Amino acid sequence: MAKIKGAVIIDTERCKGCEVCVVTCPTQTLALAVEVNGKGYHYSYAAFPETCIGCANCAVVCPDGVITVYKLKVE
Amino acid sequence: MEKELKLMKGNEALAEAAIRAGADGYFGYPITPQSEILEYLTEANPQATTGMVVLQAESEVAAINMVYGGAACGKKVMTSSSSPGISLKQEGITYIAGAELPCLIVNVVRGGPGLGTIQPAQSDYFQATKGGGHGDYHLLVLAPASVQEMADFVELSFDLAFKYRNPVMILSDGAIGQMMEKVYLKPQKKRSEEILPWATTGKPATRERNIITSLDLDPERQEKFNLKLVAKYREMAEKEVRFEEFQTDDAEYLFVAYGTSARICQKAIQLARAQGIKVGLLRPITLFPFPKKRLNELGSKVKGMLAVEMSAGQMVEDVMLSVNGKTRVSHYGRMGGMIATPEEVVENLKIFIKG
Amino acid sequence: MTEVKAKDIVKPENLAYKKSKILTDNVMHYCPGCGHGTVHRVLAEVIEEEDLQSKTVGISPVGCSVLMYNYLDIDIQEAAHGRAPALATAVKRLLPDRFVFTYQGDGDLAAIGTAETIHTCNRGENILMIFINNGIYGMTGGQMAPTTLIGMKSSTSPYGRDVATMGSPIKMADIVALLPGTCYVTRQSVNTAAGVRKLKKALKKAVEYQRDKRGTCFIEIVSNCPSGWKMTPVESNKWMEENMFPFYPLGDIKVPKDS
Repeated sequence: MAKIKGAVIIDTERCKGCEVCVVTCPTQTLALAVEVNGKGYHYSYAAFPETCIGCANCAVVCPDGVITVYKLKVE
Repeated sequence: MEKELKLMKGNEALAEAAIRAGADGYFGYPITPQSEILEYLTEANPQATTGMVVLQAESEVAAINMVYGGAACGKKVMTSSSSPGISLKQEGITYIAGAELPCLIVNVVRGGPGLGTIQPAQSDYFQATKGGGHGDYHLLVLAPASVQEMADFVELSFDLAFKYRNPVMILSDGAIGQMMEKVYLKPQKKRSEEILPWATTGKPATRERNIITSLDLDPERQEKFNLKLVAKYREMAEKEVRFEEFQTDDAEYLFVAYGTSARICQKAIQLARAQGIKVGLLRPITLFPFPKKRLNELGSKVKGMLAVEMSAGQMVEDVMLSVNGKTRVSHYGRMGGMIATPEEVVENLKIFIKG
Repeated sequence: MTEVKAKDIVKPENLAYKKSKILTDNVMHYCPGCGHGTVHRVLAEVIEEEDLQSKTVGISPVGCSVLMYNYLDIDIQEAAHGRAPALATAVKRLLPDRFVFTYQGDGDLAAIGTAETIHTCNRGENILMIFINNGIYGMTGGQMAPTTLIGMKSSTSPYGRDVATMGSPIKMADIVALLPGTCYVTRQSVNTAAGVRKLKKALKKAVEYQRDKRGTCFIEIVSNCPSGWKMTPVESNKWMEENMFPFYPLGDIKVPKDS
């Protein structure tokens, strides 16, 4: 059965840690980091990258446009 | 097409001249004594001939902000109003000055304060020449004294506005706006199709985006911008001062008057000279920049200057600053829509001479 | 099934979503979680996808989005408070083939600029008005807006908005929908991915209607203000759903008759 595998690239330095992407993600792939970025924000990152399905919901709701999404159909 | 001779009201002549100067847009709101401008333009319907947009806005505030938007597209746009309406426009005018945009604002002045009267006055001199709205800025201000100048100053205003990227005001009054005189009208000019490099008309791939704003949150950059404006006003003062002199060669006294008051002073000169008083007139045509240098020179020649204005004494302050104590300066004025007669001007000149 | 590594997925041919190049690389000044950034990004996508960059003139307001020109790579005029529709009127009249939009907050569009809003819609100017309604003055520090909900606290309604002394919140979209000049009036939100995708569709319709000279398009976006509401972004979105949406229900209010 074909399956969609996704991957997100987050510009963590520009991320403001608003968490909107985290609660939007249907597969709980994302989380806020314990560490902070240069601006002191707990940035978003793919805590469980293997669960990403590339739906792009995170990128679509991101107010700062810092998420890029890729997806691949895997046989 | 040759020049055309017509008998027109000042307001109508200005409106017709705007069409012929190739103006792109007029945005107005009715107020006495300048409503003929909007009426004339809506009747002439230049949209059908030259393509000039004419729109009656919902308020003076909206009208000046339409001018702001049109000017930001690099278009030749204008508005007109009378004193209370010009007060409403001040917000837009300071934004336009702050964004360095060209446009024409016409004020057919009536008496104030408040709703005041609908009769002519010159009581908006301070507002016109000292900025009017908030912040350090100036308009270039032209003061017509005839129906012919109401027409001629439209194209001149647009030329100056685009030369300096600065709003220009024609400061007229209810008398010049309403009186009928013969006027030579220039032939129709084509509207310009040029897209100016700074204008917001849509960003092509060939240039960076254009931003029209008067905002800069960085105080150092804002001060640099303020200094740029100061330099611009200084350049105007060097190059754009316009005035007219009558019988100043042998004058012992000098009237300083603009617009309607300058016309009255010309008659007063005849009456005074018949009584042996050697008086002349300097008529500022640009109120900003003011003819300071020439007045200073005349300050060394004459025994006194009388500023004649339909106000409580506004331009007289610039006359005093110009002569800087070289000679006596005083003021005679009527207010509230009253216009001085030549006879009373002469009487007051005599009082001034006596000291 | 073979294991797929991230490096196998992250390839140009597998790109699923990337921000539009119309959105500049400047870091936005908006607070974390603010809806302004999302609306800017969707607008940028629409301008890019509709190939409108060279034809677009945007008008920014006074309010949080006053600096919109830093983030959108298009020609922009920054208006005086509430006057954006007046600027847009002139731009569209003088350059009828351009795509012209205003972007305004609730203080700008529904308080100081009410006259401009109503009359621009009433004339049916062929422009798009984008209205961000977050029920508060964000830029000046959280004061009461005309759209502040009844009982809602702000720095100038510290005990909650009291109808007897402060009046009721105003529903601008419903008001302008009554005017014959508007052709399309809709209320959207950007707190969910589905909401953002709906907004994008609405923006594309507005582009089409403007191209066809149908009249004024008015898109209200019920949005959040985490800082002004004193909540986390996630809390603010939840509060918005529970409190703002019942009073400002989402959906189309007016659509062109033949659509």
